[in-house]
Amino acid sequence: MRKITYREALREALREEMQRDSTVFLLGEDIGRYWGGAFKVTEGLAEEFGDERVRDTPISESAIIGTAVGAAITGMRPVAEIMFGDLTALAMDQIANQAAKIRYMFGGQAKCPLVIRTPFGAGVNIASHHSQSLEAWFMHVPGLFVAVPSTPYDAKGLLKTAIRGNNPVFFCEHKLLYPIEDEVPEEEYTIPFGAADVKREGADVTIFATLYMVHKALNVAKQLEKEGVDAEVVDPRTLTPLDKQAIIRSVKKTGRLVIVSEDCKTAGVSAEIAAMVAEEAVDYLDAPIKRVAEPDTPIPFSPPLEQYVIPDEKAIMKAVKKVV
Amino acid sequence: MGKQLTLNLTKDKLVGMYKRMLEIRFFEEKVFDLYAQNLVPGTIHLYLGEEAVAVGVCSALKRDDYITSTHRGHGHCIAKGADLKRTMAEILGKKTGYCKGKGGSMHIADFTIGMLGATAVVGAGLPIAVGAGLSVKLRGTDQVVACFFGEGASNQGTFHESINMASTWKLPVIFVCENNLYAMGTRQSRVMNIENIADRAVAYGIPGAVVDGNDVLTVYEATQKAVERARKGEGPTLIECKTYRHKGHSRVDPAKYRPKEEVEQWLAKDPIKRFKEKLLQTNTLTEAEIQQIEKEVSDEIEEAVKFAMESPYPAPEEALEDVYA
Repeated sequence: MRKITYREALREALREEMQRDSTVFLLGEDIGRYWGGAFKVTEGLAEEFGDERVRDTPISESAIIGTAVGAAITGMRPVAEIMFGDLTALAMDQIANQAAKIRYMFGGQAKCPLVIRTPFGAGVNIASHHSQSLEAWFMHVPGLFVAVPSTPYDAKGLLKTAIRGNNPVFFCEHKLLYPIEDEVPEEEYTIPFGAADVKREGADVTIFATLYMVHKALNVAKQLEKEGVDAEVVDPRTLTPLDKQAIIRSVKKTGRLVIVSEDCKTAGVSAEIAAMVAEEAVDYLDAPIKRVAEPDTPIPFSPPLEQYVIPDEKAIMKAVKKVV
Repeated sequence: MGKQLTLNLTKDKLVGMYKRMLEIRFFEEKVFDLYAQNLVPGTIHLYLGEEAVAVGVCSALKRDDYITSTHRGHGHCIAKGADLKRTMAEILGKKTGYCKGKGGSMHIADFTIGMLGATAVVGAGLPIAVGAGLSVKLRGTDQVVACFFGEGASNQGTFHESINMASTWKLPVIFVCENNLYAMGTRQSRVMNIENIADRAVAYGIPGAVVDGNDVLTVYEATQKAVERARKGEGPTLIECKTYRHKGHSRVDPAKYRPKEEVEQWLAKDPIKRFKEKLLQTNTLTEAEIQQIEKEVSDEIEEAVKFAMESPYPAPEEALEDVYA
């Protein structure tokens, strides 16, 4: 099968959905013909679909999302790009109070088919305002779906589902994933929300991971294999809806759970997963749940400082060793 | 002379506008009464005194044109043609309300008449109106969007972001600033170094108009001009309607921060009283006809109250529905 990058997979999803449905359009800062998006995801699309449908905006995050909401509730399917995940804070009212609640508040009259794409993640030395992982903020807002694709295949299939659905989707990407290459079929496919993917099967320990951490977890699993430990890597692919059954099924099989997430530990993704398993599957656990997450600090700039706070393979390995 | 005073509008149109204003007035007075009787949960922000703005604007719109509204939104709904029964039922939290009891006074919407809903975050409706305008442009229809907000909202960042965007993209949006002088208890002069919000239009390269918001025909005329410009693809307009709320900000507010003389001056400029005088003066309506209209509207409101009162509350577990489509 052909291989393409995560970036190309996202672009293909956008292109195919724009070809399929004339109500799909893109908006964001510098996504058009002059730049092609800060991470080049939308490169070439303005040339293909025109400046009206691949719309450069002023630096106005709140109005970008608000405009997308207004367009979504009146018959369009906007895909908004926020250049860095950290900047979603500027649009938080429109995301959390408007997009997420507009259907509910109005008793189901509105549908808000809106996708917000944004990259999270540390590791490229751009410090505290361009490196956070804030997925948990959005898991905490009923009315939003939260997608966290870790591979080119998942990125394309999930983005298509996001665009075709009738709900606001917060679509998390990761800066370090854009150049990663993997198999993506040429033919049409979509991936349903709420369907986790077991990225590696194993019998001894479950490693739950999302986004870039999936790749670190897989590397650790490979090393563990040499030591006779058979790790299973579960990637939820969407945090909302969460495929609880897949996680519980894996825990039932292995009896051990290590949760790896790049966001801060306190009240983060890992806290929610741990609580869910403790509540619904504690009887199947043979060891305490372990969490590998960022310490509760902002992301620092200097390479040794930054590397210190990002969960690494060593930390994952250490956590696994404690429970097997 | 008479014709000029009433902009050469037909009697039907004028009577329709008068009736709408009365509907809002009687509706809000009723809501106030019901509140006093402890029948309305939560809080209320009444539109009393500002009727000429909503009716003046919405009378210049078509059914499929859009509006966005605010926490003080009952008047906008009624002016756009919302059903009084379902509006009242929503305010009482009933299952038959527009939002099945999930929205209440601050979140009423009727998508079938282009009423895109009221947001209770001050200034949050502006970018949503811009989005509806962009949608109109991309879909190629000739609809327009009227966006209601108060002078307080004009100090939010969304005001700047939204009008800049709508102006740059020449979107068919009419920004209607209802300047009632007070953002909750804060008088405009304490938080702004300008008197006219419409002056800010210059900063975005669009027309700005200051109008007497207690004169329904003046509001109508200004809106018509803005609608025409919007439909021609020439972009947005900022209309500032100077008006005044007859009651406090919300139910608990006796509005002691407003000088007595100021309140009296504005009550003397009651938009309904003024429009009625004009209709009588121009022989558009007789005193008897006015009384007949008042009776009709009063009956309508009674029916709406009856409907709302007799309607059931939603089943508690309906709280779990409508989170996702």
